[in-house]
Formats: sequence, structure tokens, C-alpha cells
Amino acid sequence: MSEELVVRRISNGTVIDHIPAGRALKVLKILGITGEEGLMVSLVMNTSSKKLGRKDIVKVEGKELSKEEVDKIALVAPTATINIVRNYDVANKRRVELPRRIEGILKCVNPKCITNAPREAARPVFTVISEKPLKLVCEYCGEYLTEDEVIAQLTGT
Amino acid sequence: MSFTGKDVLCILDFTRNDLERLFRIASSKFEGDELRGKVIALAFFEPSTRTRMSFETATLRLSGNYIGFGTTQATSIAKGESFSDTVRMLDAYADVIVVRHRLEGAAKLAAELAESPVINAGDGSKRHPTQAIIDLYTIWREKKGIDNMTYGVLGDLRYGRAARSFLRALNLYSPRKVYLIAPESLRPKEELLDSLKMPWEFANLNDILPELDVLYVTRIQKERFPDPAEYERVKGSYRIDTNLLKNAKTSLAVMHPLPRVDEISLDVDKTEHAFYFKQAANGVPVRMALLSEVVA
Ligand SMILES: [Zn+2]
Repeated sequence: MSEELVVRRISNGTVIDHIPAGRALKVLKILGITGEEGLMVSLVMNTSSKKLGRKDIVKVEGKELSKEEVDKIALVAPTATINIVRNYDVANKRRVELPRRIEGILKCVNPKCITNAPREAARPVFTVISEKPLKLVCEYCGEYLTEDEVIAQLTGT
Repeated sequence: MSFTGKDVLCILDFTRNDLERLFRIASSKFEGDELRGKVIALAFFEPSTRTRMSFETATLRLSGNYIGFGTTQATSIAKGESFSDTVRMLDAYADVIVVRHRLEGAAKLAAELAESPVINAGDGSKRHPTQAIIDLYTIWREKKGIDNMTYGVLGDLRYGRAARSFLRALNLYSPRKVYLIAPESLRPKEELLDSLKMPWEFANLNDILPELDVLYVTRIQKERFPDPAEYERVKGSYRIDTNLLKNAKTSLAVMHPLPRVDEISLDVDKTEHAFYFKQAANGVPVRMALLSEVVA
């Protein structure tokens, strides 16, 4: 099965390709897709890739995911490419770009941060201050969040 | 620019020009009508006699009224009301909300929830912008400037909010150099060190004391040390007395956000070095200047 075929199989929607092998479920988690939305979602895991050796692919049928929705996955899948498919054609193809701010996905590591207080109205918000290595700073308390901490949070249970 | 209606969350929200303007107002102002008919909410979720009383005094001297609490024990917070809900309630009552809280980022959250301007009176262990303005004002007034001097900042630079706020505040100016004087376990975290724009280095007080123009002293708390023996071993090297100050410039300013315990010996009080009572006295005019600007 060629890569082209895997990408082209849906008629309309979004194909997220070149996800590092084993990260597809994390990608769905970050996108907030649980299956209960009724969207037709297919996963391909550990398929061979010229670029990555092995990779995962996520296909969401019938929905074009917006840039803001998708770019957050760069936290766990910086190599991913996004294909918007319309009528079996790739209408738009691009790489994910890490957003400047990350809202709500990650938790601050500082136990004294207001975002960790139960029942308060603060969602964690981070500013990306470095991409390689990944480093974020909490907008509420100023504490750093390192790449290791991000990966641990997103790939943990 | 003016601060009307603006939140005061962090010393780095200010520019040098903003601070100069505040300093000029603070050095002229002793009484006024600027807060007549205004209600200032003093929401001290964590006790602080000194900061709260200076906000109260500043409000009264500008003919304003204040409401609030200085401990959460007798309030609805003790019954389980969230900080967010308390802030929303105060927002309906008051023209300005002054917040002191144990948690970091509490003032920012309050500012997001409230329409009224929020002033951070210390949240968590990093930010205390009004103290930093008072510190800078004291130097500006007494030393006729803040740039091109050599600073030593001594004590708990890891958890102490006054010292950390002061260090961040110096970023707005051009100190010749800043020496950080702290036991290994109380050195600043990399977040703070990364943010410092001026030349700085770690040092022992004795080595660099003769160079200093300003020595900012803060308390080292025993409970910060994992090992009490370590505290006993280092505490003597962080105590300032007249004997030690013989090696300092005669013009050296010794500062302290107060309250002190025994980190500055009483015999320093009557010397020219003692700037800490001036600092304390400047708390009211600086907060008057800030409040009058925020509600203007
Ligand atoms: Zn935080």
C-alpha cells in the first residue's frame, strides 16, 4: 500500500500524516477527539515511512480541522503534516507549526500556581519560549515547563 | 502614559518613564482628594500587617474609603468560597481591588475576572510590585538615581518575594553590576536568572562589600533549609553589623523590606547606612501615588 493511497482514501476531511510512530492516540487526545463526536476517524499506526522509518496517520472524515485546532499536536508530533482533503484531492498540505501559546492542554508544575488550585477559574496557559529544545513558561506564575515534562504529561496516562 | 484603570500585576508592567512619573507624584504628595467617593477593596487572603496598613493609610490620606479583610478566617472563604467568586463579589463593590494571596498568579486571575483595576500586593513568592516600586523610589530619592551603581542582593533569593521582585525591577535600569549573595540552596531558580539583563554574579559578601553602593538584605528562614545544621552553619555569614560595615563605602545604603528578625544588627540603625526605615516610610506616599494614578 503506497503512502499516497493511505492519504487519499477519504473523500473530505483532514489527514494528519507523519506522526511519530505510537503517538496517534496522543494526537487524538490533544485534538479532543473521543469518538463520541460521531466523526468517522481512522488510525494507521506503525506504518512504514521513507522519512521517519515508522509513522502513524490519523484521518478525520467530514471535518476540516482549523489551524488552531491542529497546531497544538506539534507538542507530541512536531514532524506531522496536515492534509486538507476535498473531493479525494489534497486541497492544502502543510507542516504543523507550534503555536506561540498553549492553552488548557498542559499543567503547570508549580504546586503554588493558581492554575493548580481546585475550583478556581484559571486555565493553564503557557507561552512557548523555545522550540528546540521545547521550553514553555507559565503565564500565571512564570515557572518553566521543559520538553521532558511536556512529553511526560502528554504521553502519560 | 497614564495608569488609569490599569492593573498593576508585575513590576515589569512598568517602563522607566512610568516609574519616574510615579516617583515625582510620590515625592510631592501628602494629602489629597483623589479617592473621594471611591471604595478600595483590600483583599488580603494571606496576612500582612505592614502592606495592608500602608494601603489603608494611603487610601485615607486621599479621602477614600476601604473595605476588606486581612485574614480569611472569618470570611466566606473559610466556608469554602473560591477566590474567583470572592473577587467577582468585590468587583461589584469596589473601584480598585488590592490582592494579597499565597498562590502565584492569583492577582493575574483576579485581573481577568474583575472589571475594576487590580493591584498585586504580593502573590506567591515571586511578585510584589508595590514593594519593588518603593525600593526603587527610595534609591531614586536618596541616591539621586538608580543606574550605574553596584548592587548586592542578599538572603533568600529563591523563595523571598521582595528580593526576587527587586531583582526583576533592576532590569528596568542599568546597574553597573549586581552581586547575588545567597547560600547554595537559596539561590534563584533559572527562570529568574535567565530574565536578568544586567551583569551579575554570585559572590561572598566579604569579597565584594567594598564595591557596593546598595546592599539589599532579606531574611533567611530556618524552615527553608532541608538540614537545620546547614542553617546554623551559614546564618552568621548573612548577618549585617557595624563591624562588618567598616569595610563598606561610607555611602553604602543598606536596605531591607522589613520586618527583620536578626539579619541586620540594631547598631546599624543609627548609622547613615540604614535605609530600611526610609523604605518603610515611603510605603505610604508610593501607594498614594499609585492609587491616585489608577483611579484618575
Ligand atoms: Zn504556573
